[in-house]
Amino acid sequence: MNDEKVIQVQDLTKKFGDFTAVDAITFDVYRGEIFGFLGANGAGKTTAMKMLNGLSKPTSGNGTVAGLDVIKQSEKIKERIGYMSQRFSLYEDLTVKENIRFYGGVYGLSKQKIKDKTDQILEELQLTEVASKLVKALPLGWKQRLAFAISMVHDPKIVFLDEPTGGVDPAVRRQFWEAIYEAAKGGSTIFVTTHYMDEAEYCDRVSIMVDGKIEALDTPDNLKAHYNAESMDEVFLKLARN
Amino acid sequence: MSAIEVEHISRSYGEVLALDDINFNVEEGELFGLIGPDGAGKSTLFRILTTLLIADKGKARVVGHDVVENYKDIRKKVGYMPGRFSLYQDLSVEENLSFFATIFGTTIKENYDLVKDIYIQIEPFKKRLAGKLSGGMKQKLALCCALIHKPEVLFLDEPTTGVDAVSRKEFWDMLQSLKKKNIAILVSTPYMDEASLCDRIGLIQKGKILKIDKPQQMMNDFKKPLYAIKTNETYNTLQYLRQQDFTESVLPFGEYLHLITRERLNTETIKIHLKQKGFTVSEVKEIKPTVEDIFLDLSDNEESLIK
Repeated sequence: MNDEKVIQVQDLTKKFGDFTAVDAITFDVYRGEIFGFLGANGAGKTTAMKMLNGLSKPTSGNGTVAGLDVIKQSEKIKERIGYMSQRFSLYEDLTVKENIRFYGGVYGLSKQKIKDKTDQILEELQLTEVASKLVKALPLGWKQRLAFAISMVHDPKIVFLDEPTGGVDPAVRRQFWEAIYEAAKGGSTIFVTTHYMDEAEYCDRVSIMVDGKIEALDTPDNLKAHYNAESMDEVFLKLARN
Repeated sequence: MSAIEVEHISRSYGEVLALDDINFNVEEGELFGLIGPDGAGKSTLFRILTTLLIADKGKARVVGHDVVENYKDIRKKVGYMPGRFSLYQDLSVEENLSFFATIFGTTIKENYDLVKDIYIQIEPFKKRLAGKLSGGMKQKLALCCALIHKPEVLFLDEPTTGVDAVSRKEFWDMLQSLKKKNIAILVSTPYMDEASLCDRIGLIQKGKILKIDKPQQMMNDFKKPLYAIKTNETYNTLQYLRQQDFTESVLPFGEYLHLITRERLNTETIKIHLKQKGFTVSEVKEIKPTVEDIFLDLSDNEESLIK
Protein backbone atom coordinates (compact mmCIF):
# COMPACT_ATOMS: atom_id res chain seq x y z
CA MET A 1 0.00 0.00 0.00
CA ASN A 2 1.25 3.52 -0.71
CA ASP A 3 0.01 7.11 -0.75
CA GLU A 4 -1.37 7.13 -4.26
CA LYS A 5 -5.13 7.51 -4.11
CA VAL A 6 -7.01 5.37 -6.58
CA ILE A 7 -10.41 6.44 -5.33
CA GLN A 8 -11.03 9.82 -3.83
CA VAL A 9 -14.61 10.97 -3.27
CA GLN A 10 -16.16 13.85 -1.35
CA ASP A 11 -19.81 14.13 -0.33
CA LEU A 12 -20.91 11.76 -3.05
CA THR A 13 -24.72 11.71 -3.01
CA LYS A 14 -27.43 9.97 -4.98
CA LYS A 15 -31.11 10.77 -4.65
CA PHE A 16 -34.05 8.99 -6.22
CA GLY A 17 -36.90 11.48 -5.88
CA ASP A 18 -37.21 12.23 -2.16
CA PHE A 19 -35.18 9.21 -1.19
CA THR A 20 -31.49 9.67 -0.49
CA ALA A 21 -29.89 6.33 -1.32
CA VAL A 22 -26.32 7.52 -0.79
CA ASP A 23 -25.86 10.40 1.58
CA ALA A 24 -22.68 12.45 1.20
CA ILE A 25 -20.06 9.72 1.46
CA THR A 26 -16.42 10.77 1.65
CA PHE A 27 -13.49 8.38 1.54
CA ASP A 28 -10.21 7.47 -0.16
CA VAL A 29 -8.82 4.14 -1.32
CA TYR A 30 -5.08 3.74 -1.76
CA ARG A 31 -3.12 1.84 -4.36
CA GLY A 32 -2.52 -1.81 -3.45
CA GLU A 33 -5.18 -1.76 -0.79
CA ILE A 34 -7.84 -4.42 -0.22
CA PHE A 35 -10.82 -2.29 0.67
CA GLY A 36 -13.93 -3.97 2.07
CA PHE A 37 -17.23 -2.26 1.38
CA LEU A 38 -19.89 -3.57 3.76
CA GLY A 39 -23.45 -2.74 4.61
CA ALA A 40 -26.85 -4.31 5.18
CA ASN A 41 -29.19 -4.90 2.21
CA GLY A 42 -30.64 -1.56 1.22
CA ALA A 43 -27.90 0.47 2.91
CA GLY A 44 -26.85 1.96 -0.43
CA LYS A 45 -23.82 -0.17 -1.32
CA THR A 46 -24.92 -1.04 -4.84
CA THR A 47 -25.88 2.54 -5.67
CA ALA A 48 -22.55 3.79 -4.34
CA MET A 49 -20.66 1.17 -6.36
CA LYS A 50 -22.53 2.14 -9.51
CA MET A 51 -21.42 5.74 -9.10
CA LEU A 52 -17.83 4.64 -8.65
CA ASN A 53 -18.06 2.41 -11.72
CA GLY A 54 -19.38 5.16 -13.96
CA LEU A 55 -22.79 3.50 -14.29
CA SER A 56 -24.77 6.08 -12.37
CA LYS A 57 -24.37 9.84 -12.20
CA PRO A 58 -24.11 11.31 -8.69
CA THR A 59 -26.78 13.86 -7.73
CA SER A 60 -24.09 15.89 -6.00
CA GLY A 61 -20.58 15.64 -4.67
CA ASN A 62 -17.41 14.95 -6.58
CA GLY A 63 -14.45 12.68 -6.82
CA THR A 64 -12.11 10.65 -8.96
CA VAL A 65 -11.72 6.94 -9.68
CA ALA A 66 -8.49 5.78 -11.31
CA GLY A 67 -7.66 9.46 -11.87
CA LEU A 68 -10.90 10.20 -13.74
CA ASP A 69 -13.71 12.50 -12.69
CA VAL A 70 -16.83 10.58 -11.59
CA ILE A 71 -19.15 13.16 -13.10
CA LYS A 72 -17.45 14.34 -16.28
CA GLN A 73 -15.56 11.20 -17.28
CA SER A 74 -17.86 8.37 -16.23
CA GLU A 75 -17.59 6.69 -19.65
CA LYS A 76 -13.81 6.59 -19.45
CA ILE A 77 -13.93 5.13 -15.94
CA LYS A 78 -15.51 1.96 -17.29
CA GLU A 79 -12.44 1.38 -19.45
CA ARG A 80 -10.00 1.86 -16.62
CA ILE A 81 -11.53 -0.35 -13.98
CA GLY A 82 -12.09 -4.08 -13.64
CA TYR A 83 -15.39 -5.53 -12.47
CA MET A 84 -16.46 -8.97 -11.40
CA SER A 85 -19.76 -9.97 -9.80
CA GLN A 86 -21.01 -13.13 -8.18
CA ARG A 87 -22.57 -14.18 -11.45
CA PHE A 88 -19.36 -13.63 -13.31
CA SER A 89 -19.78 -13.30 -16.99
CA LEU A 90 -17.56 -15.83 -18.68
CA TYR A 91 -18.95 -17.40 -21.85
CA GLU A 92 -19.58 -21.02 -20.97
CA ASP A 93 -19.58 -22.14 -24.59
CA LEU A 94 -16.27 -20.52 -25.42
CA THR A 95 -12.94 -22.05 -24.47
CA VAL A 96 -10.69 -20.63 -21.77
CA LYS A 97 -8.49 -19.05 -24.42
CA GLU A 98 -11.40 -17.62 -26.38
CA ASN A 99 -12.80 -15.97 -23.27
CA ILE A 100 -9.51 -14.23 -22.60
CA ARG A 101 -9.23 -13.14 -26.22
CA PHE A 102 -12.82 -11.92 -26.27
CA TYR A 103 -12.44 -9.70 -23.23
CA GLY A 104 -9.04 -8.50 -24.42
CA GLY A 105 -10.81 -7.38 -27.60
CA VAL A 106 -13.65 -5.70 -25.69
CA TYR A 107 -11.09 -3.65 -23.80
CA GLY A 108 -9.32 -2.74 -27.04
CA LEU A 109 -5.98 -4.46 -26.41
CA SER A 110 -3.64 -4.96 -29.36
CA LYS A 111 -3.25 -8.42 -30.88
CA GLN A 112 0.21 -8.78 -29.42
CA LYS A 113 -0.95 -7.65 -26.01
CA ILE A 114 -3.83 -10.14 -26.07
CA LYS A 115 -1.42 -12.91 -26.93
CA ASP A 116 0.94 -11.96 -24.10
CA LYS A 117 -1.90 -11.66 -21.63
CA THR A 118 -3.34 -15.02 -22.65
CA ASP A 119 0.01 -16.73 -22.08
CA GLN A 120 0.46 -14.95 -18.79
CA ILE A 121 -3.00 -15.82 -17.41
CA LEU A 122 -2.79 -19.44 -18.56
CA GLU A 123 0.58 -19.84 -16.93
CA GLU A 124 -0.23 -18.06 -13.68
CA LEU A 125 -3.44 -19.98 -13.16
CA GLN A 126 -1.90 -23.23 -14.44
CA LEU A 127 -4.60 -23.50 -17.06
CA THR A 128 -2.35 -24.15 -20.04
CA GLU A 129 -3.49 -27.78 -20.28
CA VAL A 130 -7.16 -26.83 -20.38
CA ALA A 131 -6.75 -23.72 -22.57
CA SER A 132 -8.80 -25.26 -25.37
CA LYS A 133 -11.53 -26.67 -23.14
CA LEU A 134 -14.93 -25.06 -22.88
CA VAL A 135 -15.31 -22.97 -19.76
CA LYS A 136 -18.41 -24.90 -18.71
CA ALA A 137 -16.24 -27.99 -18.21
CA LEU A 138 -14.15 -26.29 -15.52
CA PRO A 139 -14.80 -26.63 -11.79
CA LEU A 140 -16.33 -23.56 -10.16
CA GLY A 141 -13.14 -22.55 -8.37
CA TRP A 142 -11.18 -22.43 -11.62
CA LYS A 143 -13.88 -20.46 -13.40
CA GLN A 144 -13.93 -17.98 -10.59
CA ARG A 145 -10.20 -17.39 -10.69
CA LEU A 146 -10.28 -17.17 -14.47
CA ALA A 147 -13.06 -14.57 -14.25
CA PHE A 148 -10.98 -12.63 -11.75
CA ALA A 149 -7.90 -12.72 -13.99
CA ILE A 150 -10.00 -11.65 -16.98
CA SER A 151 -11.49 -8.74 -15.05
CA MET A 152 -7.89 -7.49 -14.87
CA VAL A 153 -6.90 -8.29 -18.46
CA HIS A 154 -6.55 -4.59 -19.31
CA ASP A 155 -4.38 -3.88 -16.23
CA PRO A 156 -6.93 -1.69 -14.47
CA LYS A 157 -5.80 0.38 -11.52
CA ILE A 158 -8.63 -0.94 -9.48
CA VAL A 159 -10.91 -3.94 -9.63
CA PHE A 160 -14.41 -4.02 -8.12
CA LEU A 161 -15.55 -7.38 -6.80
CA ASP A 162 -19.26 -7.51 -5.99
CA GLU A 163 -19.92 -10.43 -3.64
CA PRO A 164 -17.47 -12.63 -5.51
CA THR A 165 -17.74 -15.57 -3.11
CA GLY A 166 -21.48 -15.88 -2.37
CA GLY A 167 -22.53 -19.53 -1.99
CA VAL A 168 -19.08 -20.80 -2.87
CA ASP A 169 -17.46 -23.87 -1.28
CA PRO A 170 -15.42 -22.86 1.79
CA ALA A 171 -12.20 -24.24 0.34
CA VAL A 172 -12.76 -22.47 -2.98
CA ARG A 173 -13.65 -19.26 -1.16
CA ARG A 174 -10.27 -19.33 0.56
CA GLN A 175 -8.40 -20.01 -2.67
CA PHE A 176 -10.11 -17.02 -4.16
CA TRP A 177 -8.93 -14.81 -1.32
CA GLU A 178 -5.39 -16.01 -1.91
CA ALA A 179 -5.75 -14.81 -5.49
CA ILE A 180 -6.93 -11.45 -4.15
CA TYR A 181 -3.90 -11.21 -1.85
CA GLU A 182 -1.59 -12.04 -4.75
CA ALA A 183 -3.14 -9.36 -6.93
CA ALA A 184 -2.90 -6.76 -4.17
CA LYS A 185 0.73 -7.68 -3.56
CA GLY A 186 1.33 -7.04 -7.26
CA GLY A 187 0.00 -3.50 -6.84
CA SER A 188 -3.65 -3.92 -7.85
CA THR A 189 -6.25 -2.19 -5.76
CA ILE A 190 -9.19 -4.35 -4.71
CA PHE A 191 -12.61 -2.97 -3.79
CA VAL A 192 -14.75 -5.82 -2.51
CA THR A 193 -18.24 -6.36 -1.08
CA THR A 194 -19.19 -9.46 0.89
CA HIS A 195 -21.74 -10.82 3.32
CA TYR A 196 -19.16 -13.10 4.92
CA MET A 197 -17.88 -11.31 7.97
CA ASP A 198 -14.77 -13.48 8.22
CA GLU A 199 -13.80 -12.08 4.82
CA ALA A 200 -14.11 -8.57 6.19
CA GLU A 201 -11.17 -9.52 8.42
CA TYR A 202 -9.02 -10.18 5.34
CA CYS A 203 -9.33 -6.58 4.17
CA ASP A 204 -6.77 -3.87 4.89
CA ARG A 205 -9.55 -1.43 5.65
CA VAL A 206 -13.30 -1.81 5.88
CA SER A 207 -16.11 0.68 5.52
CA ILE A 208 -19.60 0.00 6.80
CA MET A 209 -22.59 1.75 5.26
CA VAL A 210 -25.78 2.30 7.23
CA ASP A 211 -28.77 4.13 5.72
CA GLY A 212 -26.77 5.70 2.92
CA LYS A 213 -23.93 6.96 5.11
CA ILE A 214 -20.51 5.54 5.86
CA GLU A 215 -20.82 4.96 9.60
CA ALA A 216 -17.38 3.49 10.14
CA LEU A 217 -14.15 3.19 8.20
CA ASP A 218 -10.93 1.77 9.56
CA THR A 219 -8.76 -1.33 9.77
CA PRO A 220 -10.58 -4.40 11.14
CA ASP A 221 -8.42 -4.29 14.29
CA ASN A 222 -9.20 -0.64 14.98
CA LEU A 223 -12.91 -1.16 14.36
CA LYS A 224 -13.02 -4.06 16.79
CA ALA A 225 -11.17 -2.03 19.42
CA HIS A 226 -13.38 0.99 18.90
CA TYR A 227 -16.66 -0.91 19.11
CA ASN A 228 -15.37 -3.17 21.84
CA ALA A 229 -16.14 -6.23 19.74
CA GLU A 230 -14.54 -9.67 19.39
CA SER A 231 -15.09 -9.99 15.67
CA MET A 232 -16.16 -8.01 12.60
CA ASP A 233 -19.48 -9.84 12.79
CA GLU A 234 -20.10 -8.17 16.14
CA VAL A 235 -18.99 -4.76 14.83
CA PHE A 236 -21.35 -5.13 11.91
CA LEU A 237 -24.29 -6.10 14.09
CA LYS A 238 -23.68 -3.23 16.49
CA LEU A 239 -23.69 -0.74 13.64
CA ALA A 240 -26.28 -2.15 11.31
CA ARG A 241 -28.94 -3.35 13.73
CA ASN A 242 -31.04 -0.39 14.72
CA MET B 1 -43.30 -41.55 12.20
CA SER B 2 -40.63 -39.11 11.13
CA ALA B 3 -41.64 -35.91 9.36
CA ILE B 4 -39.19 -36.63 6.55
CA GLU B 5 -37.65 -39.99 5.67
CA VAL B 6 -35.06 -40.25 2.92
CA GLU B 7 -33.67 -43.64 1.85
CA HIS B 8 -30.99 -44.15 -0.77
CA ILE B 9 -32.08 -41.24 -2.94
CA SER B 10 -30.00 -40.68 -6.09
CA ARG B 11 -30.60 -38.39 -9.01
CA SER B 12 -28.57 -37.53 -12.11
CA TYR B 13 -28.84 -34.81 -14.71
CA GLY B 14 -27.33 -36.39 -17.79
CA GLU B 15 -23.88 -37.46 -16.73
CA VAL B 16 -23.80 -35.35 -13.60
CA LEU B 17 -24.65 -37.24 -10.44
CA ALA B 18 -26.43 -34.53 -8.44
CA LEU B 19 -27.42 -36.76 -5.50
CA ASP B 20 -25.59 -39.92 -4.58
CA ASP B 21 -27.34 -42.29 -2.16
CA ILE B 22 -28.74 -39.81 0.35
CA ASN B 23 -30.14 -41.09 3.65
CA PHE B 24 -31.53 -39.17 6.62
CA ASN B 25 -34.63 -38.51 8.69
CA VAL B 26 -36.09 -35.33 10.11
CA GLU B 27 -38.24 -35.76 13.21
CA GLU B 28 -41.38 -33.85 14.14
CA GLY B 29 -40.58 -30.42 15.49
CA GLU B 30 -36.94 -30.75 14.48
CA LEU B 31 -34.92 -28.04 12.77
CA PHE B 32 -32.59 -29.87 10.41
CA GLY B 33 -29.98 -28.00 8.39
CA LEU B 34 -28.43 -29.12 5.12
CA ILE B 35 -25.13 -27.30 5.02
CA GLY B 36 -23.16 -27.10 1.80
CA PRO B 37 -22.03 -24.88 -1.05
CA ASP B 38 -23.70 -24.19 -4.39
CA GLY B 39 -23.82 -27.26 -6.56
CA ALA B 40 -23.87 -29.69 -3.61
CA GLY B 41 -27.32 -30.99 -4.59
CA LYS B 42 -29.39 -29.22 -1.95
CA SER B 43 -32.02 -27.80 -4.29
CA THR B 44 -32.38 -31.09 -6.16
CA LEU B 45 -33.13 -32.81 -2.87
CA PHE B 46 -35.68 -30.13 -1.95
CA ARG B 47 -37.43 -30.53 -5.27
CA ILE B 48 -37.64 -34.30 -4.82
CA LEU B 49 -39.06 -33.96 -1.31
CA THR B 50 -41.60 -31.35 -2.38
CA THR B 51 -42.73 -33.69 -5.20
CA LEU B 52 -41.54 -31.44 -8.02
CA LEU B 53 -38.90 -33.82 -9.30
CA ILE B 54 -38.66 -37.62 -9.33
CA ALA B 55 -35.55 -39.39 -8.07
CA ASP B 56 -33.77 -42.01 -10.18
CA LYS B 57 -33.35 -44.31 -7.21
CA GLY B 58 -34.46 -44.57 -3.62
CA LYS B 59 -37.54 -43.75 -1.61
CA ALA B 60 -38.69 -40.74 0.38
CA ARG B 61 -41.68 -40.05 2.57
CA VAL B 62 -42.94 -36.76 3.92
CA VAL B 63 -45.36 -36.92 6.86
CA GLY B 64 -45.76 -40.59 6.04
CA HIS B 65 -46.68 -40.14 2.38
CA ASP B 66 -44.54 -41.43 -0.45
CA VAL B 67 -43.23 -38.55 -2.57
CA VAL B 68 -44.17 -40.30 -5.82
CA GLU B 69 -47.32 -42.27 -5.05
CA ASN B 70 -48.97 -39.79 -2.69
CA TYR B 71 -47.65 -36.54 -4.01
CA LYS B 72 -51.01 -34.80 -3.82
CA ASP B 73 -51.31 -35.43 -0.07
CA ILE B 74 -47.86 -34.01 0.49
CA ARG B 75 -48.51 -30.79 -1.37
CA LYS B 76 -51.28 -29.84 1.06
CA LYS B 77 -49.16 -30.50 4.08
CA VAL B 78 -45.88 -28.82 3.29
CA GLY B 79 -44.71 -25.26 2.91
CA TYR B 80 -41.91 -24.63 0.43
CA MET B 81 -39.77 -21.55 0.04
CA PRO B 82 -37.57 -22.05 -3.03
CA GLY B 83 -34.16 -20.47 -3.36
CA ARG B 84 -35.27 -17.86 -5.86
CA PHE B 85 -37.88 -15.32 -4.79
CA SER B 86 -41.04 -16.81 -6.25
CA LEU B 87 -43.85 -14.52 -5.19
CA TYR B 88 -45.85 -12.35 -7.51
CA GLN B 89 -43.80 -9.20 -7.93
CA ASP B 90 -46.73 -7.16 -9.21
CA LEU B 91 -49.12 -8.13 -6.44
CA SER B 92 -49.00 -6.29 -3.13
CA VAL B 93 -47.78 -7.87 0.09
CA GLU B 94 -51.34 -8.43 1.24
CA GLU B 95 -52.50 -9.77 -2.13
CA ASN B 96 -49.69 -12.31 -2.22
CA LEU B 97 -50.53 -13.66 1.19
CA SER B 98 -54.24 -13.75 0.42
CA PHE B 99 -53.53 -15.56 -2.87
CA PHE B 100 -51.52 -18.31 -1.20
CA ALA B 101 -54.16 -18.72 1.51
CA THR B 102 -56.90 -19.04 -1.10
CA ILE B 103 -55.21 -21.66 -3.27
CA PHE B 104 -54.75 -23.80 -0.19
CA GLY B 105 -58.42 -23.35 0.65
CA THR B 106 -57.93 -21.28 3.76
CA THR B 107 -57.94 -17.63 4.80
CA ILE B 108 -55.39 -15.31 6.34
CA LYS B 109 -57.68 -14.94 9.33
CA GLU B 110 -57.89 -18.65 10.01
CA ASN B 111 -54.15 -19.14 10.41
CA TYR B 112 -53.14 -15.65 11.36
CA ASP B 113 -51.69 -16.84 14.67
CA LEU B 114 -48.98 -18.78 12.90
CA VAL B 115 -47.71 -15.91 10.77
CA LYS B 116 -48.55 -13.03 13.09
CA ASP B 117 -45.09 -12.49 14.60
CA ILE B 118 -43.53 -12.31 11.16
CA TYR B 119 -46.35 -10.56 9.35
CA ILE B 120 -46.57 -7.61 11.74
CA GLN B 121 -43.01 -6.71 10.70
CA ILE B 122 -44.10 -6.22 7.08
CA GLU B 123 -47.68 -5.12 7.72
CA PRO B 124 -46.84 -1.39 7.52
CA PHE B 125 -45.98 -2.08 3.86
CA LYS B 126 -48.94 -4.33 3.05
CA LYS B 127 -50.04 -2.17 0.10
CA ARG B 128 -46.56 -2.17 -1.44
CA LEU B 129 -45.86 -4.39 -4.46
CA ALA B 130 -43.78 -7.42 -3.51
CA GLY B 131 -41.26 -6.55 -6.23
CA LYS B 132 -40.50 -3.26 -4.46
CA LEU B 133 -39.61 -4.78 -1.10
CA SER B 134 -36.08 -4.94 0.26
CA GLY B 135 -34.34 -8.32 0.41
CA GLY B 136 -35.05 -8.86 4.10
CA MET B 137 -38.75 -8.00 3.72
CA LYS B 138 -39.19 -10.21 0.65
CA GLN B 139 -37.84 -13.07 2.66
CA LYS B 140 -40.30 -12.44 5.49
CA LEU B 141 -43.20 -12.28 3.08
CA ALA B 142 -42.09 -15.49 1.38
CA LEU B 143 -41.97 -17.21 4.75
CA CYS B 144 -45.49 -15.99 5.59
CA CYS B 145 -46.76 -17.31 2.25
CA ALA B 146 -45.12 -20.69 2.88
CA LEU B 147 -46.78 -20.87 6.31
CA ILE B 148 -50.27 -19.54 5.70
CA HIS B 149 -51.87 -22.97 5.15
CA LYS B 150 -50.42 -24.29 8.42
CA PRO B 151 -48.03 -26.87 6.99
CA GLU B 152 -46.67 -29.77 9.03
CA VAL B 153 -43.28 -29.57 7.35
CA LEU B 154 -41.50 -26.50 6.11
CA PHE B 155 -38.88 -26.65 3.34
CA LEU B 156 -36.63 -23.59 3.16
CA ASP B 157 -34.08 -23.69 0.37
CA GLU B 158 -31.32 -21.18 1.07
CA PRO B 159 -33.59 -18.60 2.69
CA THR B 160 -30.65 -16.46 3.79
CA THR B 161 -28.46 -16.46 0.68
CA GLY B 162 -27.49 -12.94 -0.35
CA VAL B 163 -29.12 -11.55 2.78
CA ASP B 164 -27.05 -9.38 5.12
CA ALA B 165 -25.84 -10.54 8.52
CA VAL B 166 -28.51 -8.62 10.44
CA SER B 167 -31.47 -9.96 8.46
CA ARG B 168 -29.96 -13.44 8.63
CA LYS B 169 -29.98 -13.34 12.43
CA GLU B 170 -33.59 -12.14 12.49
CA PHE B 171 -34.61 -14.92 10.15
CA TRP B 172 -33.08 -17.59 12.35
CA ASP B 173 -34.84 -16.14 15.38
CA MET B 174 -38.12 -16.59 13.50
CA LEU B 175 -37.29 -20.22 12.76
CA GLN B 176 -36.62 -20.91 16.42
CA SER B 177 -40.10 -19.68 17.33
CA LEU B 178 -41.74 -21.72 14.55
CA LYS B 179 -40.06 -24.83 15.86
CA LYS B 180 -41.91 -24.37 19.11
CA LYS B 181 -45.14 -24.74 17.18
CA ASN B 182 -44.06 -28.28 16.35
CA ILE B 183 -43.39 -27.71 12.66
CA ALA B 184 -40.55 -29.79 11.27
CA ILE B 185 -38.17 -27.63 9.29
CA LEU B 186 -35.64 -28.64 6.66
CA VAL B 187 -33.45 -25.66 5.82
CA SER B 188 -30.43 -25.42 3.56
CA THR B 189 -27.68 -22.86 3.71
CA PRO B 190 -24.19 -22.24 2.35
CA TYR B 191 -23.35 -20.26 5.51
CA MET B 192 -21.49 -22.58 7.86
CA ASP B 193 -21.97 -20.24 10.81
CA GLU B 194 -25.72 -20.91 10.69
CA ALA B 195 -25.18 -24.61 11.38
CA SER B 196 -25.00 -24.21 15.14
CA LEU B 197 -28.57 -22.85 15.13
CA CYS B 198 -29.96 -26.20 13.93
CA ASP B 199 -30.89 -29.21 16.07
CA ARG B 200 -29.06 -31.51 13.68
CA ILE B 201 -27.14 -30.88 10.50
CA GLY B 202 -26.08 -32.80 7.44
CA LEU B 203 -22.93 -31.60 5.71
CA ILE B 204 -23.37 -32.03 1.96
CA GLN B 205 -20.90 -31.67 -0.87
CA LYS B 206 -21.02 -32.84 -4.49
CA GLY B 207 -24.19 -34.86 -3.98
CA LYS B 208 -22.95 -36.77 -0.96
CA ILE B 209 -23.69 -36.34 2.71
CA LEU B 210 -20.36 -36.17 4.49
CA LYS B 211 -21.69 -36.36 8.03
CA ILE B 212 -24.90 -36.04 10.05
CA ASP B 213 -25.06 -35.14 13.73
CA LYS B 214 -25.91 -32.50 16.29
CA PRO B 215 -23.58 -29.56 15.68
CA GLN B 216 -22.23 -29.68 19.23
CA GLN B 217 -21.60 -33.41 19.00
CA MET B 218 -19.76 -32.96 15.71
CA MET B 219 -17.49 -30.40 17.32
CA ASN B 220 -16.83 -32.62 20.34
CA ASP B 221 -15.99 -35.59 18.15
CA PHE B 222 -13.30 -33.74 16.23
CA LYS B 223 -10.05 -35.17 17.58
CA LYS B 224 -7.35 -33.50 15.48
CA PRO B 225 -5.14 -30.91 17.15
CA LEU B 226 -6.36 -27.51 15.96
CA TYR B 227 -4.77 -24.14 16.68
CA ALA B 228 -5.77 -20.55 15.99
CA ILE B 229 -2.82 -18.33 15.17
CA LYS B 230 -2.71 -14.59 14.79
CA THR B 231 0.33 -12.81 13.38
CA ASN B 232 1.04 -9.47 11.81
CA GLU B 233 1.35 -11.01 8.34
CA THR B 234 -1.45 -13.50 7.85
CA TYR B 235 -0.76 -14.32 4.23
CA ASN B 236 2.99 -14.84 4.60
CA THR B 237 2.48 -16.91 7.73
CA LEU B 238 -0.02 -19.05 5.84
CA GLN B 239 2.44 -19.70 3.05
CA TYR B 240 5.21 -20.48 5.52
CA LEU B 241 3.12 -22.91 7.60
CA ARG B 242 1.90 -24.69 4.50
CA GLN B 243 5.49 -25.78 3.82
CA GLN B 244 6.12 -27.26 7.26
CA ASP B 245 6.23 -31.00 7.96
CA PHE B 246 4.13 -30.75 11.11
CA THR B 247 1.26 -29.13 9.17
CA GLU B 248 -1.66 -31.24 8.04
CA SER B 249 -3.60 -28.23 6.82
CA VAL B 250 -3.62 -24.49 7.36
CA LEU B 251 -6.39 -22.14 6.27
CA PRO B 252 -7.38 -18.53 6.89
CA PHE B 253 -10.36 -17.93 9.20
CA GLY B 254 -10.93 -14.22 9.44
CA GLU B 255 -8.07 -12.61 11.32
CA TYR B 256 -6.78 -16.04 12.42
CA LEU B 257 -5.14 -18.95 10.69
CA HIS B 258 -6.46 -22.36 11.66
CA LEU B 259 -3.68 -24.91 11.75
CA ILE B 260 -4.27 -28.65 12.00
CA THR B 261 -1.08 -30.49 12.90
CA ARG B 262 -0.17 -34.13 12.43
CA GLU B 263 0.63 -34.45 16.12
CA ARG B 264 -0.33 -32.40 19.13
CA LEU B 265 2.10 -29.53 19.71
CA ASN B 266 2.64 -27.14 22.55
CA THR B 267 1.22 -23.68 21.78
CA GLU B 268 4.41 -22.12 23.16
CA THR B 269 6.49 -24.23 20.77
CA ILE B 270 4.49 -22.97 17.80
CA LYS B 271 4.82 -19.40 19.02
CA ILE B 272 8.59 -19.64 19.46
CA HIS B 273 8.99 -21.38 16.12
CA LEU B 274 7.16 -18.58 14.29
CA LYS B 275 9.00 -15.86 16.19
CA GLN B 276 12.32 -17.38 15.17
CA LYS B 277 11.22 -17.09 11.58
CA GLY B 278 10.64 -13.38 12.05
CA PHE B 279 6.87 -13.27 12.43
CA THR B 280 5.31 -11.06 15.08
CA VAL B 281 2.96 -13.48 16.80
CA SER B 282 0.15 -12.00 18.85
CA GLU B 283 -1.70 -15.20 19.69
CA VAL B 284 -1.53 -18.99 19.48
CA LYS B 285 -4.26 -21.04 21.14
CA GLU B 286 -5.68 -24.51 20.87
CA ILE B 287 -9.35 -24.31 19.87
CA LYS B 288 -12.50 -26.35 19.32
CA PRO B 289 -13.44 -26.60 15.65
CA THR B 290 -16.23 -24.64 14.04
CA VAL B 291 -18.56 -26.43 11.63
CA GLU B 292 -16.56 -24.85 8.83
CA ASP B 293 -13.35 -26.48 10.13
CA ILE B 294 -15.12 -29.82 10.13
CA PHE B 295 -16.53 -29.31 6.65
CA LEU B 296 -13.13 -28.35 5.27
CA ASP B 297 -11.52 -31.33 6.97
CA LEU B 298 -14.05 -33.81 5.55
CA SER B 299 -14.41 -32.27 2.14
CA ASP B 300 -12.87 -33.53 -0.99
CA ASN B 301 -10.74 -30.83 -2.52
CA GLU B 302 -9.74 -32.44 -5.74
CA GLU B 303 -10.47 -29.23 -7.56
CA SER B 304 -7.97 -27.44 -5.39
CA LEU B 305 -5.59 -25.31 -7.38
CA ILE B 306 -3.06 -25.02 -4.62
CA LYS B 307 0.05 -26.94 -5.24
